[in-house]
Amino acid sequence: MNFSVGDLFLILPELLVITAACVVLALDPVLHQSRKDGLVWLSLGTLAVCMGLTSSQIGVPTMIFSGLVVIDAYGAFWKLLLYFVTGLTILLSYSYLKEERLYFGEYYGFILLALCGMMVMVSAADLLTMYLGTELMSLSLYVMAGLKRTEPRSLEASAKYFVLGAFSSGILLYGISLLYGATGSTRLPQIAMAIASQGLSDPLLLFSTILLAVGFGFKLAVVPFHMWTPDVYQGAPTSVTAFMAVASKAASFGAFLRVFVEGLGGLKANWSATFLLLCIATLLIGNIVALVQTNVKRMLAYSSIAHAGYALIGVVAAGRIEHSSSIASVLLYLALYAFMTFGAFAIVAMLRKGGIEGEEIEDFTGLSKRHPMAALLMLIFMVSLAGLPPTAGFIGKLYIFRSAVEAGLTWLAALALIFAAISAYYYLRVVMVMYMREPTDHSETSPRLVMSPTLSIVLACAVAGVVVFGVYPNPLVNFTMQAVLTLK
Amino acid sequence: MSGFPWLTVLIFLPLIGATVLFTVKDASVRLVALGVTVADFLISLPLWWLFDASSDRMQFVESVGWIPSLSIKYQLGLDGISLPLIIMTTILMPLCILVSWHAIETRVRSFMAVLLIMESAMIGVFCALDFVLFYVFWEAMLIPMYLLIGVWGGPNRLYAAIKFFLYTLAGSVLLLVAILVLYFQGGHTFDILELSQRTYGPALQIWLFFAFFAAFAVKVPMFPFHTWLPDAHVEAPTAGSVILASVLLKMGTYGFLRFSLPMLPDASRLFTPLMVILSIVAIIYGAYMALAQADLKKLIAYSSVSHMGFVTLGLFMFNIQGIEGAVLQMVNHGITTGGLFLCVGMIYERTHSRQIADNIGLTKPMPRYATFLVIFALSSLGLPGTNSFVGEFMVLVGAFLWSKIAAALASLGIILAATYLLWMIQRVAFGVPAAHILPKLRDVNLREMVALVPLVVLIFWIGLFPNPALTRMHTSVEKVIARVVPASQETASALRQPAPSTRRALPTDVDVPISREETPAPRFADIATKEHRP
Repeated sequence: MNFSVGDLFLILPELLVITAACVVLALDPVLHQSRKDGLVWLSLGTLAVCMGLTSSQIGVPTMIFSGLVVIDAYGAFWKLLLYFVTGLTILLSYSYLKEERLYFGEYYGFILLALCGMMVMVSAADLLTMYLGTELMSLSLYVMAGLKRTEPRSLEASAKYFVLGAFSSGILLYGISLLYGATGSTRLPQIAMAIASQGLSDPLLLFSTILLAVGFGFKLAVVPFHMWTPDVYQGAPTSVTAFMAVASKAASFGAFLRVFVEGLGGLKANWSATFLLLCIATLLIGNIVALVQTNVKRMLAYSSIAHAGYALIGVVAAGRIEHSSSIASVLLYLALYAFMTFGAFAIVAMLRKGGIEGEEIEDFTGLSKRHPMAALLMLIFMVSLAGLPPTAGFIGKLYIFRSAVEAGLTWLAALALIFAAISAYYYLRVVMVMYMREPTDHSETSPRLVMSPTLSIVLACAVAGVVVFGVYPNPLVNFTMQAVLTLK
Repeated sequence: MSGFPWLTVLIFLPLIGATVLFTVKDASVRLVALGVTVADFLISLPLWWLFDASSDRMQFVESVGWIPSLSIKYQLGLDGISLPLIIMTTILMPLCILVSWHAIETRVRSFMAVLLIMESAMIGVFCALDFVLFYVFWEAMLIPMYLLIGVWGGPNRLYAAIKFFLYTLAGSVLLLVAILVLYFQGGHTFDILELSQRTYGPALQIWLFFAFFAAFAVKVPMFPFHTWLPDAHVEAPTAGSVILASVLLKMGTYGFLRFSLPMLPDASRLFTPLMVILSIVAIIYGAYMALAQADLKKLIAYSSVSHMGFVTLGLFMFNIQGIEGAVLQMVNHGITTGGLFLCVGMIYERTHSRQIADNIGLTKPMPRYATFLVIFALSSLGLPGTNSFVGEFMVLVGAFLWSKIAAALASLGIILAATYLLWMIQRVAFGVPAAHILPKLRDVNLREMVALVPLVVLIFWIGLFPNPALTRMHTSVEKVIARVVPASQETASALRQPAPSTRRALPTDVDVPISREETPAPRFADIATKEHRP
């Protein structure tokens, strides 16, 4: 194995993030309570520096560490998105953790560790490197989900997440080992070459592809591997839920697309058919079950399942035609999804006061009177999640359905749009209770809602993304186009 | 054509106004909103004269790239079909604000902002020349309307609001798929004009026709997709009802005329019998339902179903009388039904009831109000001299040329309209009012007069001088007809034979520049003498 010091420069963002994580973890026990805010600023500063470094890496793809890691525009796209979401998570957590009286310095350390895992995932050119990244991310998230040690639901979420996550990692690893058996390599380019040369007849190859699909299915929360999602999303602290729903999903999609397009591109026809079934099931279950939820976090969990289904449409389309524009639409969809979902979770976090208030849809009753700004923002996020113009959600759907129609899947686009119309019902129910029901006596007496400065920044970023990209998506679209060009 | 961006200003002025509303003092919110809508009206007014009626091209065109990767353009333009609808919209909006002056007391600021956002979207729908842009405006209207009904509506507003929303959304989702299919079939463009010039395979046309039909028929609403309308109307605040009836419903018929007919001519011809049957069912069924209503708003809502049946009937006649009558009837229905809803809103403000039984004998205590109500009702039933007579008559002439039976059945609608409206007038205007409501019955004040008088003027103006409106539509409508009935079939078919005769009667129409208002030889009178044999 060749190793050069120059390679280290290219993974400087990863090194910085992991160093910052270690510093945060090390300093936390020795710092006085009042000075722990410094850790937050340290984390944010690291992200800002990484953002600058990664922006400069959007160039020619470079294989480093003998082809274990690749630095390219595709990875840079996901990394920039992940930095952004992580930054928002830290800002959101800053006020949320105080409300919840959770003072854990290591919280920020775990976020950075998870981020590092995600960064490895999206730039891995080798299945084992990718697996390492996945595990680093998952282990950090297991801990974060159970952060509220005093609350049984949080612990339950953590335990459930851990068991199912470990299970899925096992399947993933099994798939990787079978694929190694079939092709003789864990490097994606070599796997692609092996598949091209030896043909598709090998049953081992197909079996390993199925195992990989299942393993990723768990990470992406695709039906029927979605069972953990609602419980974990509901039980975890809301800031962690937002992080999981957006960042971990984005990173998983990043790794998933790279593995299936770059490594298993030769098996397109096979995996496209598989994902078609998963996609329909995901749209169906995600949207229908969301209809009957009374808890906002559970509703958003099913909504995030459904959105993974919409993104899968782009993946299915990519398997049928020349893939670049379809994959670009998936990237675009997930980036836009990040803004609206994160915004929605931020509002949920804002409403939460101690106990469990603010999680039931009923708790939004009369929000337009209690806090008009929060209600308006939630309205925008819900409209965007429902995919109505002129918001980001519409642009995302437009590009996804464009790919579907281009790939000759007009019926799938029509089906998905019908589900989108159904989804409008549960998103609008939140709008309905916010605007069309009077606040009850109970909520009159509840503490006044305040939008802390950090939360305001989070919401401003989210809503700006939803509105600006809803009206003028060109910069983001061009970036996704550029990013997928490096994906072979 | 370049120059002043009339349409952009027209669309975005209300939107800017809506944001400005949140910065002004509570006391001046209503005034600012009124000012914005009046300004928008004044900006739209010159278009009426600047519009070149002799050209069938889009005018006031603005075109800028919007999303280049999908070749989506921000492209706007007007033709003779959209011009009257836009002017109608801008006229109605200030009236809606006036009538909501005291009717809306809660969250006035948001209410006015929602109305202004609606205005932007509605004007946008009528000007958009890019299919995605059209869809954006089309869908952008749903949320404000949902809020309008759901927040400021009546007791059963939650049900009505969600029903309205889901019906119209479910209808229009397939539209997006159809737009995307057209994008790939029509040469990777969303340009409405380009897409209208291509021909598509017969099977594809049939699919697309149904996708369009789902979106537009729900909006019109055509029988049997009309069930959301009475609920939405009854629960919506007055301004909401006016917008709904006068503008939103027109978007459905506008969609048929702008997209279904020119883009899918073969499918349109194929499904003409179906559309005619649905239209006639709507005309008669709507009228029968209106007869049975005890609630004034419901009565008018069902009468809308009936009247919109005339519009869809006229559209699918593919002759000049039918389509011009339909377009004119779109405007007429907006004016007349808008006026009726304004009247109902005013009486509801006084007696807090929309039941006919609670509002009896208004002529004595409220003579001015009763006069307005009677004028609007007479216009709605198509009395000669009023606007609806012209529109409905032209539609019937068009229908008569297509099928005598269809025309005869549709005429039933007019008779029934006379029945339910006159019966309503008989009870509401005449009769003895209950003593306990007498003190509440103040006559219309100056503000309310200002809201009603423009509509009355329009009723008689269009009723007596329909030509200024008709000449502006003429070339655009002919373009649509030329598209849907190709020249080869034109001669073979007897459908359009009377049309040239009517055109010959208008010598100014062909190539002489038109001096608009002064044009002699009223084409309408010509039709009346030539085709109408009593």
